[in-house]
Amino acid sequence: MNFDLSDDHRLIQKTVREFALGEISPIAEQLDREKQFPYEIIAKLGELGLMGIPFPAEYGGGGGDTLAYVLAVEELTRIDSSVAITLCAHTSLGTQPIYLFGNQEQKQRWLPDLCSGRKLGAFGLTEPEAGSDAGNVRTRARLLDEGEWAIDGAKQFITNAGTDISGLVAITAVTGEDPGAKNAKEISNIVIENGTPGYEQGEPYRKMGWHASDTRPLTFTDCRVPQENLLGQRGQGFKQFLQILDIGRIGVAAMGVGLAQGALDEALSYAKERKAFGKSISKFQLIQAKLADLSTEIEAARLLTYKAALLKDTGRSFTLTAAQAKLKTGRLAVRAAEEAVQIHGGYGYIEEYPVCRFYRDAKILTIGEGTDEVQQMVIAQALGA
Amino acid sequence: MKICVLVKQVPDAAVAKRIDPSTSRLDRSGETNLNPFDTHAIEAAMQLKEGGAIAVEEVVAVTMGPENAVRALHKAVSLGADRSVHLCDDGLVGSDVAATGYALAKVLEREKPDLVLLGQQSDDGECYTIGAVVADHLQMPSLTQVIKIDVEDGNLRCERQAEYGYDTVSVQIPAVISVGDAINEPRYPSLKAIMGAKKKPLDALGSADAGIDAAMVGADGSRVSCGDFKSPPAKGSGTIIEDEDTNETVEKIVAWLDERKLI
Repeated sequence: MNFDLSDDHRLIQKTVREFALGEISPIAEQLDREKQFPYEIIAKLGELGLMGIPFPAEYGGGGGDTLAYVLAVEELTRIDSSVAITLCAHTSLGTQPIYLFGNQEQKQRWLPDLCSGRKLGAFGLTEPEAGSDAGNVRTRARLLDEGEWAIDGAKQFITNAGTDISGLVAITAVTGEDPGAKNAKEISNIVIENGTPGYEQGEPYRKMGWHASDTRPLTFTDCRVPQENLLGQRGQGFKQFLQILDIGRIGVAAMGVGLAQGALDEALSYAKERKAFGKSISKFQLIQAKLADLSTEIEAARLLTYKAALLKDTGRSFTLTAAQAKLKTGRLAVRAAEEAVQIHGGYGYIEEYPVCRFYRDAKILTIGEGTDEVQQMVIAQALGA
Repeated sequence: MKICVLVKQVPDAAVAKRIDPSTSRLDRSGETNLNPFDTHAIEAAMQLKEGGAIAVEEVVAVTMGPENAVRALHKAVSLGADRSVHLCDDGLVGSDVAATGYALAKVLEREKPDLVLLGQQSDDGECYTIGAVVADHLQMPSLTQVIKIDVEDGNLRCERQAEYGYDTVSVQIPAVISVGDAINEPRYPSLKAIMGAKKKPLDALGSADAGIDAAMVGADGSRVSCGDFKSPPAKGSGTIIEDEDTNETVEKIVAWLDERKLI
């Protein structure tokens, strides 16, 4: 076993760390407070090749691996979750389906703009009555005689679909009947570009956290797209999105590690500064126990997450490890943010302190990309329970 | 024109600096980074190259350091240098500033640069002197603490940070110029540049390759002899003056300063 990162990985980690500290940290509080989408930051991330890390250079991607992607996401989340989720949803969910299932023409057409960050990709899976039970999708796409899909339905909680640079959304839709499927639905993935008539993005949600990221409901009303916008084979949509979610979980796990580490960074530095009863509160054993436990758990969660990335990068099955990493890191992020607020005392409840934002940003990590309960289901299934 | 940028691997700024009690020297075992001031020197080289006022054919990063100093070179080429040179030799261990400057000058003699750039100080030793030593060996003019470089009729018009304001100095090339961190805002290396860094040429040289006289380098070739280094004593708790009556408080502060002949 080798626990050392390669020189390239170290430099990527360090570069994103310096970028996050230099470019994001000074404005993170303002972006969150004003609920501003971080256009400038995304443009800079695009220039650095970080909006398409795991995709090949021939499509304008960074040519990196999953571990490089994980390191970047971790370092971004350590400072700000909104920027991190924008990159994460764009990469794992928006761009990934086109890279994995698109034909050559589709890749040439969409990937260069996505990988450079000129445009953002979104993934439209969740519906009012179909979240983790995504097979229950209601959105329908009818193939018309003139060679177009006509799409009707609604999606919700979709990230990156309604910004000025949103380029497209890959949605799951029922395209026919499949008697062999559990609920007799034939599900396919179809790409819809922003600006297509009949495709509307609703008002942004009033979220608990992730205030600077774009999350909206989408509606499709007789929305027509060319037949060629189908991704991969018709009827493969169910398998495809399960594969996408497996990969996405590694990214979200990296967010959990990053948020927990960021919370610990803030808690440690505050504890050393803050004095009570004549000494720094970091010298009190009750505070030390919190810091020590968090540091230990973060290291364990980080190793689990890196392992999931390494399994994927070496072509092995990573479904179980990715689910474990997602489960472990989401819970840890919530706990780390809570402890960090606790260590800050009253100041932790005030927005000027980053831990306050971390606390609000953490909770979604036990929900998004499959709830904890769904991860437990996936893990239990893998155990043969 | 060819620019050589001298770079150094230093302990990362995020790592608390400490004296290793077993060696009485700075502990360099932790996380390392390219000396931040040197990233400004590379950026200055890249801006000259991209600015177009003078044709720059090549930017070469040069370091002297242990095997893992190659990481600093990778970062340097990811920031834009075309290739790098790594001077690494057991005989160089323990070199002082004069010996290091001599060794680097020998490497530069092989490279024959038109301009040598470097950060004005290193984040660890903070000697500020390597540039001048190198310039002396190369018999080139030396400018230090430069915060602006403009090309003017084939010469370089530089602003040096002085105690009050700036000195404007015109210098003929070849020259050795050390830069301050106010000179520019270094770019971040792109992912593509990071992944491509190892593909750029790297020359690994030993002392003999560079024609370095072994008697002039290393601990034995250095004239500085280091005594025991110790961590500075922990700060005392200080004096806290409660501000009950501001006039009185001011008097107390003035008296305190006066006692120590600070005013």
